[in-house]
Amino acid sequence: MSVDEKTVKRIAHLARIAVTDAEVPHLQSEINAILAFVETLEKVDVEGIEPMTSVVPMAMKKRQDGVTDGGIADAIVANAPLSEDHYFMVPKVVE
Amino acid sequence: MNAHAKPSKLIKGATGDWEVVIGMEIHAQVTSEAKLFSGASTAFGGEANDHVSFVDAAMPGMLPVINEECVRQAIRTGLGLNAQINLTSVFDRKNYFYPDLPQGYQISQYKSPIVGEGEVVVDVGPDEQITVGIERLHLEQDAGKSLHDQHPTMSFVDLNRSGVALMEIVSRPDLRSSEEAKAYVTKLRTILRYLGTCDGDMEKGSLRADVNVSVRRPGEPFGTRCEIKNVNSIRFIGQAIEVEARRQIGILEDGGRIDQETRLFDPGKGETRSMRSKEEAHDYRYFPDPDLLPLTFDQAYVDALAAGLPELPDAKKARFIATYGLSPYDAGVLVAERSSADFFETVARGRDGKAAANWVINELFGRLNKQGLGIERSPVSADQLGAIVDLIGDGTISGKIAKDLFEIVWTEGGDPRRLVEERGLKQVTDTGAIEKAVDEIVAANPDKVAQAREKPTMLGWFVGQVMKSTGGKANPQAVNALLKAKLGIE
Repeated sequence: MSVDEKTVKRIAHLARIAVTDAEVPHLQSEINAILAFVETLEKVDVEGIEPMTSVVPMAMKKRQDGVTDGGIADAIVANAPLSEDHYFMVPKVVE
Repeated sequence: MNAHAKPSKLIKGATGDWEVVIGMEIHAQVTSEAKLFSGASTAFGGEANDHVSFVDAAMPGMLPVINEECVRQAIRTGLGLNAQINLTSVFDRKNYFYPDLPQGYQISQYKSPIVGEGEVVVDVGPDEQITVGIERLHLEQDAGKSLHDQHPTMSFVDLNRSGVALMEIVSRPDLRSSEEAKAYVTKLRTILRYLGTCDGDMEKGSLRADVNVSVRRPGEPFGTRCEIKNVNSIRFIGQAIEVEARRQIGILEDGGRIDQETRLFDPGKGETRSMRSKEEAHDYRYFPDPDLLPLTFDQAYVDALAAGLPELPDAKKARFIATYGLSPYDAGVLVAERSSADFFETVARGRDGKAAANWVINELFGRLNKQGLGIERSPVSADQLGAIVDLIGDGTISGKIAKDLFEIVWTEGGDPRRLVEERGLKQVTDTGAIEKAVDEIVAANPDKVAQAREKPTMLGWFVGQVMKSTGGKANPQAVNALLKAKLGIE
């Protein structure tokens, strides 16, 4: 499996990464090298083997239901380039 | 599911009949104190970004930890939908960019949801029942909220809802009319409210629907569907389906083709319109969330939750029919809200169930609707209404006086028994007193007496006069019998 230039541009757009036309061939070959490695991995027979989700077999930790966080609006918007009345401000997006 | 199309549900087009096919995705906010993966509050409203933790704001390095209560509520909902519960399920990332989604992805469940196939039985009108297949229920995060009207060039983002747990309940395309779709959402809402797993408040956005609509000629394969996003009232769901089905039929009859797309319903204009901007980004690139292990629990946990479920609407309805002799329709009306059902049972306990149902549905609900009140705020308590039913049952008051008494209890309150004593509302069963009134009316109206002998239906006029002269307190059966005897009619 390999990707063409159009697919590279599409992936970049979906990830909101600005990629110039000059950069596309380089990225294309990098992605194709990764996909070639994946093809090698696909040769391993994993029939009947469950995907490994954790190095140590353990159950997912769950929290009790209770409010233990929040009330820190100052801190939440502290790094925002723009904010007003504790709202984040972003360039206008309307459907 | 794909049986014969019902003629009554078909839509007439210019070139013949069309069948509308509907499937729904309902987003129901899970009732919990804290969010799905953080300890921030789920309370509605609040100051901007006040119910937000660093997890909900997707600050670097923050990790999600699942709220056990949300898992419990999802399982209970699955049990209420007669659905398969999956002891292992997986959280995935659904990737898309929007300012109110700080992570850049929504944590959802894709290939392995917590709840699998189930079904819901839905009453459509008084004498039709349909079974709607449930494809799955999964847990996912809600997004934040964007405000576009606060500034000329900027949008404001509030993340208070970000990370609140939602259950997405996906139906099969089993619905065939807007009526069926509305009945399905109503039923689902009732089940969720009985279970206490979602408050069902559509105004606050706790329950929202994405509606998939397509049309076809009866018997043909499914047509291309359009998805109408985020419809937030049951009435609008019905309108959106009608409008969208008409739009698609119009295109097809003109020889056009339906494009699969996402649309928005505008209730003001009564139309749906394309949301093309989102189409382009419709590639969600799901993959398992590496921050979360698979969600697992054992069957014993599920069994314990099943044992603790409340009586659900279908079971309650069947019991009301069997125990109190109610009609399926009346039973359905009473069980639509758990609080109404509880109120009815308090009135009906130890009394005539049918009489109790009549009073609750016709008098009380009628009056509550008129005032725009919920049953929780009824000025007449179940005990008071029960006493009124008793007073009619033992012949102390007539049905007509009972309505007056109900009005007094509604506006002034008080013990109905004492009110009857104090205000002299007791039914007059003393034949002497009634006879006196009858004699007076007969004596005063010789012309009507002659007419009544010719035309026995005139009796009703005499009954009315006697009731009037006795202030409605005369026993109607006694009045009838006496009048017949005096006028000499059968």
